[in-house]
Amino acid sequence: MTTEVNQASRDTAGENNGAGKDVRRLDRVIIRFAGDSGDGMQLTGDRFTSETASFGNDLATLPNFPAEIRAPAGTLPGVSSFQVHFADHDILTPGDAPGVLVAMNPAALKANIADLPRGAEIIVNTDEFTSRAVAKVGYAGNPLEDGSLDGYSVHRVPLTTLTVEALKGFDLTRKEAGRSKNMFALGLLSWMYHRPTEGTEAFLRAKFAKRPEIAEANLTAFRAGWNFGETTEDFAVSYEVAPAASAFPAGTYRNMSGNLALAYGLVAAAQCADLPLYLGSYPITPASDVLHELSKHKNFGVRTFQAEDEIAGIGAALGAAFGGSLAVTTTSGPGVALKSETIGLAVSLELPLLIIDIQRGGPSTGLPTKTEQADLLQAMFGRNGEAPVPIVAPATPGECFTAALDAARIALTYRTPVFLLSDGYLANGSEPWRVPETSELPDLRTQFASGPNHELADGTEVFWPYKRDPETLARPWAVPGTPGLEHRIGGIEKQDGTGNISYDPANHEHMVLTRQAKIDGVSVPDAVVDDPGGRARTLVLGWGSTYGPITAAVRRVRREGGHVAQTHLRHLNPFPANLGEILRSYDHVLLPEMNLGQLALLLRAEYLVDVRSVTQVTGLPFKAERLASAIKEALDDVH
Amino acid sequence: MSTEATQTPDRIRTALSLVPTAAGRQSAKDFKSDQEVRWCPGCGDYAVLAAVQGFLPELGVARENIVFISGIGCSSRFPYYMNTYGMHSIHGRAPAIASGLATARRDLSVWVVTGDGDALSIGGNHLIHALRRNVNLKILLFNNRIYGLTKGQYSPTSESGKITKSTPMGSLDTPFNPVSVALGAEASFVARTVDSDRKHLTGVLRAAAEHRGSALVEIYQNCNIFNDGAFDLIKDKQTAQEAVIRLEHGEPIRFGVPWAEADGGDGLGSLGVVRDRASGELAVVDVTAEGTDGVLVHDAHTASPTTAFALSRLADPQTLHRTPIGVFRSAERPVYDDLMAEQLEQAVVQRGKGDLGALLTGNDTWTVAG
Repeated sequence: MTTEVNQASRDTAGENNGAGKDVRRLDRVIIRFAGDSGDGMQLTGDRFTSETASFGNDLATLPNFPAEIRAPAGTLPGVSSFQVHFADHDILTPGDAPGVLVAMNPAALKANIADLPRGAEIIVNTDEFTSRAVAKVGYAGNPLEDGSLDGYSVHRVPLTTLTVEALKGFDLTRKEAGRSKNMFALGLLSWMYHRPTEGTEAFLRAKFAKRPEIAEANLTAFRAGWNFGETTEDFAVSYEVAPAASAFPAGTYRNMSGNLALAYGLVAAAQCADLPLYLGSYPITPASDVLHELSKHKNFGVRTFQAEDEIAGIGAALGAAFGGSLAVTTTSGPGVALKSETIGLAVSLELPLLIIDIQRGGPSTGLPTKTEQADLLQAMFGRNGEAPVPIVAPATPGECFTAALDAARIALTYRTPVFLLSDGYLANGSEPWRVPETSELPDLRTQFASGPNHELADGTEVFWPYKRDPETLARPWAVPGTPGLEHRIGGIEKQDGTGNISYDPANHEHMVLTRQAKIDGVSVPDAVVDDPGGRARTLVLGWGSTYGPITAAVRRVRREGGHVAQTHLRHLNPFPANLGEILRSYDHVLLPEMNLGQLALLLRAEYLVDVRSVTQVTGLPFKAERLASAIKEALDDVH
Repeated sequence: MSTEATQTPDRIRTALSLVPTAAGRQSAKDFKSDQEVRWCPGCGDYAVLAAVQGFLPELGVARENIVFISGIGCSSRFPYYMNTYGMHSIHGRAPAIASGLATARRDLSVWVVTGDGDALSIGGNHLIHALRRNVNLKILLFNNRIYGLTKGQYSPTSESGKITKSTPMGSLDTPFNPVSVALGAEASFVARTVDSDRKHLTGVLRAAAEHRGSALVEIYQNCNIFNDGAFDLIKDKQTAQEAVIRLEHGEPIRFGVPWAEADGGDGLGSLGVVRDRASGELAVVDVTAEGTDGVLVHDAHTASPTTAFALSRLADPQTLHRTPIGVFRSAERPVYDDLMAEQLEQAVVQRGKGDLGALLTGNDTWTVAG
């Protein structure tokens, strides 16, 4: 694997292409598209990403958009952006600082300029830089004219005018034609970075299949943007970023976002378990895409039930679980709060159930479209009584697929609700994903109870719904429709074995301890330490979506000669059996989290280890640079 | 009893056509679990339990394909006493849980047992949405107009001004009429019956079982500890004659002291329900004076719930005087679980059975050579 470099290096030995322009080779590029939330920046970023993925670069993306569907036009809160980082080698994050900013209006420029290093390229839509629009976002003068951008390489492009001009032959108003300016910008960027365009052309034709004239207008704008790049002298250079072939193991790849991977993982888990998939859900950002995606796959026997509220969403899922489905509910933090009582019931009923929490900024409504990892303690403890629930957390968008399979394995094996903690960054971010062969997928088949499992003293054969598997402590899953196994379950404490209501003090304590022992005994793989030199005395630990920035930071530190070990947790309850030993073998343990130190709290309590937190709750992922500094500081402390 | 009660076994088969039949003859005993029934002595719940255990064998449905799901409250202990599959869940959520089970498993006969607090207070949202979806559920709402399990607070069906532990100066709430709520929530089957009238209760339960889609059966049930005598007006033979309006599909809505043939009458009740021409409202008239021409003939099967709703409003919310009982509405409309299953079948017809390998691969891939 190649290592990540801090700044894009530019090969000065350019070559000449057919259009008489220089072509330069880069090993990586970070582009940020930014505009009004109505400007189609997410679509533009998605398309550029797809082009980049099909070209074979490694990539990582960071969509960042307001919660409002259409925030007031031209204002700072209304700015929507999409950052894509692509490279000829293995990369881990969407990048700290964009080398290219596409700013569709003054608000987009103002909101993003602080993230740009000096020398970065800025492509601005000059049509939007009217004195009124400039004043609206608080600029004293026009930033395109007052010299404030002198340190950058600014391309002044009248994107709207050029788009309208290109669409003259269409029966569209100026306003309608102007809407295609994002496709003009996409065409221009596609030319600049030698992106393949067939995918976007096919996409536009399919998207506007019912309105061919709109499809044609967008295609025309897209091609006009490409041609503009090729002809105008303002863009003297285009860039090549070679495919990242050597960064990946052999296989078939596609671009994959976290929510899509999750939905596919659930469909796959149901097939591997040979059970019907049932989703009970209520729309909530950023989890709704999983509901949307699963709703498309009814031909896999997938039932999706959009319930009247979060409680009914999990209620329906639990009912389906009782009936023998692989049952799932998807939500985000506030929804988890509403589902808590039903999760407790599922703990008591000991039925398999997947609770998927796409975490977002909190508390309360918080930051619906931004990322955070602050639901860990809610997942761990957010119920009345002693109600342990296993927790699985994917580290990358693509890993959401395997996390879904793993959560299903635990739920089905141990007959328990399981939390899967994703977050907004994983959900909407994307990366290249190796398509697995279906033969590589795990066997998740489980046995329903089919007959009596207990003999009474008088020799009568009976069925006891809470007679446990001695190894897993799981109770039998007897689904309605099975003759002779009629039984009643409920949220009242029950006698172990028979499942009958029991208020006996000793039995209650036995049941509480048994439920805890069952979850403590869930089999999870050992944690793996990455310490290439074997000389590290500082460990940096993480969980969930911080994997990318932590790993990028660790690489930077090692490149500079620092010795640091890294471990990333995919299982947060129970912890891997070797975790305590790992933590105790380092002088320092550093733990970056997008919360105020929730995992640190758990680790300190569990292992009595002085875990040091690095926290960030900005609604955005960590930047690798910041983590690298934190690691270096910790290393300095050791020496 | 109404025509609903005299349906042929064939009609039951149609309504439960997807549920396997029992191998042999079943009796009430087969439906009794081995658990001791722990309601207060004299509770109305006993009568309902006996009626349910007594009528289920008639359905001829395999016992293992029957599921009772309840919420929280006295009546919600019901599933423990039934030797079927059962779940005693959490407060108010039984309709949601049952909706998941019924939509996932159309081969089951799913019953919800709930109370006035469980269904109409904490679980009101789930109740109305289950009804509007027309999920194939039978919801038995035990209405005792009080919170029993928490020892005597007023409930959402308690009369205004009720003095209870939590309302020493009288409750301030306007009560719900559960039948009106259900009709307003687009329920396709709505009925009301009384715990102490075994014959009527059984008839209504049968009609509900026969209905494909959501059925709401409100059962007036006496809590002899915290609200004793709440339904005396309609249970006492003397007062019931003028207080209760028995609805039977296809029959004129008549009640009250019979209009004796000797007095030139037809032997039916001397009171009748008519529609006021000017206001459109329903009214009760003395047919011995007004004649029988304008008396409404009850049509439970009509598509519009308007008249059923108007009938539900005849009862005095405080005293329950003029309470209609029987099947208010039993209309056919598409059932959610059937529609859901149809979409799954349709998706297979349109796109073929799902191919996991093709799904994971998608349309936009690239290959990295080894």
